[in-house]
Amino acid sequence: MNLSPAPICLSLKGISKDYAVRVLNHVDFELRAGEIHALLGANGAGKSTLCKIIAGLTPATAGEMFCDDTVYSPSDKQQAEARGIQIVQQELNLIPTLSIAENLFLTQLPLRFGVIARKQLREQARNVLLRFGMDDLDVDRETGSLGIGQQQMIEIATSLNRECKVLILDEPTAALSGKESEQLFEWLAELRQQGAGIIYVSHRLDEIKRIANRTTILRDGCHVGTFAVDDLSTDEMVSLMTGEERETKPAIKKKHLDVNNQTENQAKQNGIALRVESLHCGPLVKNISFSVRSGECFGIAGLVGSGRTELLRAIFGADHAESGELFLNNNRGPFRFKHPHHAVRHGIAMVTEDRKKSGLLLSQSIRVNSSLCNLNAYTNAAGIINQTEERTDTTRMRQKLDLRCNDIEQNVETLSGGNQQKVVVAKWLLAGADVYLFDEPTRGIDVAAREKIHRIFTTLTNQGKGIVIISSDLDELFETCDRIGVMSAGKLVATFSREAWSTDLIMQAAFSGYIDPSEE
Amino acid sequence: MSRNDSTNRIKSQERSRSSKVASSLLQYAGMVSVLLGLVFIFSLMSKNFLSMTTLTSIANSIPDLTVIAVGMTFVLIIGGIDLSVGSMLAISSALLGVLMADHGWSLALAIPCCLFACGLCGFLNGVISVKAGIPSFIVTLGMLEIARGVAYLITGSQTKYIGSSVEWIGTPIQGMFLSPSFLIAIIVVIAGQFVLGRTLFGRYCIAIGTNAEAVRMSGIKSAPYSITVFAISGVMCGLAGIMQTSRLSTADPNAAIGLELAAIAACVIGGTSLMGGRGSVINTFFGVLIIAVLQTGLAQIGASDPTKRVITGSVIIIAVLLDAMRQRWGKNRR
Repeated sequence: MNLSPAPICLSLKGISKDYAVRVLNHVDFELRAGEIHALLGANGAGKSTLCKIIAGLTPATAGEMFCDDTVYSPSDKQQAEARGIQIVQQELNLIPTLSIAENLFLTQLPLRFGVIARKQLREQARNVLLRFGMDDLDVDRETGSLGIGQQQMIEIATSLNRECKVLILDEPTAALSGKESEQLFEWLAELRQQGAGIIYVSHRLDEIKRIANRTTILRDGCHVGTFAVDDLSTDEMVSLMTGEERETKPAIKKKHLDVNNQTENQAKQNGIALRVESLHCGPLVKNISFSVRSGECFGIAGLVGSGRTELLRAIFGADHAESGELFLNNNRGPFRFKHPHHAVRHGIAMVTEDRKKSGLLLSQSIRVNSSLCNLNAYTNAAGIINQTEERTDTTRMRQKLDLRCNDIEQNVETLSGGNQQKVVVAKWLLAGADVYLFDEPTRGIDVAAREKIHRIFTTLTNQGKGIVIISSDLDELFETCDRIGVMSAGKLVATFSREAWSTDLIMQAAFSGYIDPSEE
Repeated sequence: MSRNDSTNRIKSQERSRSSKVASSLLQYAGMVSVLLGLVFIFSLMSKNFLSMTTLTSIANSIPDLTVIAVGMTFVLIIGGIDLSVGSMLAISSALLGVLMADHGWSLALAIPCCLFACGLCGFLNGVISVKAGIPSFIVTLGMLEIARGVAYLITGSQTKYIGSSVEWIGTPIQGMFLSPSFLIAIIVVIAGQFVLGRTLFGRYCIAIGTNAEAVRMSGIKSAPYSITVFAISGVMCGLAGIMQTSRLSTADPNAAIGLELAAIAACVIGGTSLMGGRGSVINTFFGVLIIAVLQTGLAQIGASDPTKRVITGSVIIIAVLLDAMRQRWGKNRR
């Protein structure tokens, strides 16, 4: 099948990048036309930096790049785009207050006498949405009102719509539902046919196995190797990334092997940690009831936009539920919280989906962030904070979560995504709660951090806490949960126990709310 | 890097602790060196500048701006702004004048009244902007007009001479060269820095200014803290009104027009971010000193009023530029 290798459309030779430390060390990389080339590595391996260098967002310290055999050294994103190199970054780059149409054509708005030609703009935007199968969206809709997954799709469509010889995708499916991911893969296949090269960064190895042709693995800023994807198993990929045999899997499985222990625990503390009774909140939380036992881990699966986040926000008091009741430990209640403040006081903690927007004080230190929810405990009657206790506790958390940092006074914005997420978790562990809500707790973070956080789940359930986890990654739910509820179109449509669940059943349930009975 | 042994970790902790002390001193060192630089330049240009008279007159002219700037620092840190400080000061001054000169109240009775009235104005600023979600820029812009109007209504648009019963507050204590006002201002600065750096209240203020949504999702109600900050700014204006009235012996409803800009300038020179989340009371105090030294120094070398304004404005911009560069440098070094 492989006749002669396709021409190389982008090659990097000896690329290095120094910030305070060297993050990329003489990395070679080449991308062929018409291939999907996965870039793999644990967080901090330098994947994102490499992408940024190629996309002209930051210059390399040393090394050369060639695009179609001519020297390529972009000084900014515009120059990269002029050569047909597009990047879709992990963080959304859309302007939430502008319409979908305006975002799609932000850099090339059609003008008439210096004024935006509205009609033409709408027409063009409608064509783009039609081309990408999203014509059910209104082009005049404010982009910020879309779900995060749909926004991501708009962003990708924006890049694909421009001239695109090289497309860089950094964790594109992190925010996407299964259906949206499938759609993305179709677009990518089409793009390959047209001879474009695609650089694909993702932690989802099964995805990479499915769609990528070759993979380049980075570890600590060094090029480990470039392989044909078919030659590697996912386990081999992980060991190449971490540089060691993978020994962490058994630790996760152990929890489930200890079924006896588990049931004993549950027998001992058979109390209900959280019971939700017919909760209604906006269009995406409709009549939801479920309960979580102490020491139980309850997963919530569902497509992006099915109301999973909204459900947790309604429980936590971040959004106002219209009706419904909550009961906590030993049937305390009923409650309906109007502000997260009340939820926290009654022993609920919530790790939000977007750590930068609603989880962290980015410009503040690890210490300030970790102690934020527990500050009352360090404060005396006069309102003065005992900083020694605060430091001791933060240091304890740093060790417990294996937080990689120079010092607890370091600003959290300088940490990698995985370590930032650990800070958010540390904050809630210090605050202490009976019920922990986790919304996409391991999105976009590396394998090691992910397993660290999974172990925290085990610790918490062993302490008799109730846990609710939302994840778009079904494997994560299978690994960590005792039961999985599935949401679809704002309803909790099914609940599966460990013995009964399967990917098929869950996906069927997840789609069930969106199938129009009149069409069948 | 992944296999950090514990000795390395302890070493790096020690290193960073000492570097933290160094960097916090460095933070003040920048302001102090600018201040000393200005003093040096003026002492070269004018023989009289480096004299006890000049220095004490500077010290005794700044208490009102100082306490207002302390309040303003907190407002800016939570991401707000208070444009009504000058007008609130005028209310305090007007009340003091009418109560003491017209109604014959004692100072001890009049002072709480002034502080309460201004605190109430600040509280209203806070409640309206926080509860209704209106930007504090707009609410306090309204209060700037309202409070000024109230000050004129209280005094019937007249100045009120009070005299010796308040003068002592603004007059240097014998043998000490410094006035009670100045000493109070210093206490306010120290207390302000302590509250900001060491208390729950200060920590929440910084947190709110850094990311209000994260604070909310951490289960903290920010409204009471934000409202308190505006109320404190009001009380500070009340205090400043008393200080200014005592210095001039006269209550004047026209007092302190445009003072909000000087207060904001002092904060900004001291490195407080208008976006919230970052600021230091001590550095604000240095900002006040820099403005005062500049004003007095320029007056002594005979600069005209327009020239003074051009130079003061330039210093504000240069200070912020330097601060921005320092920030960027600090970030790159990391």
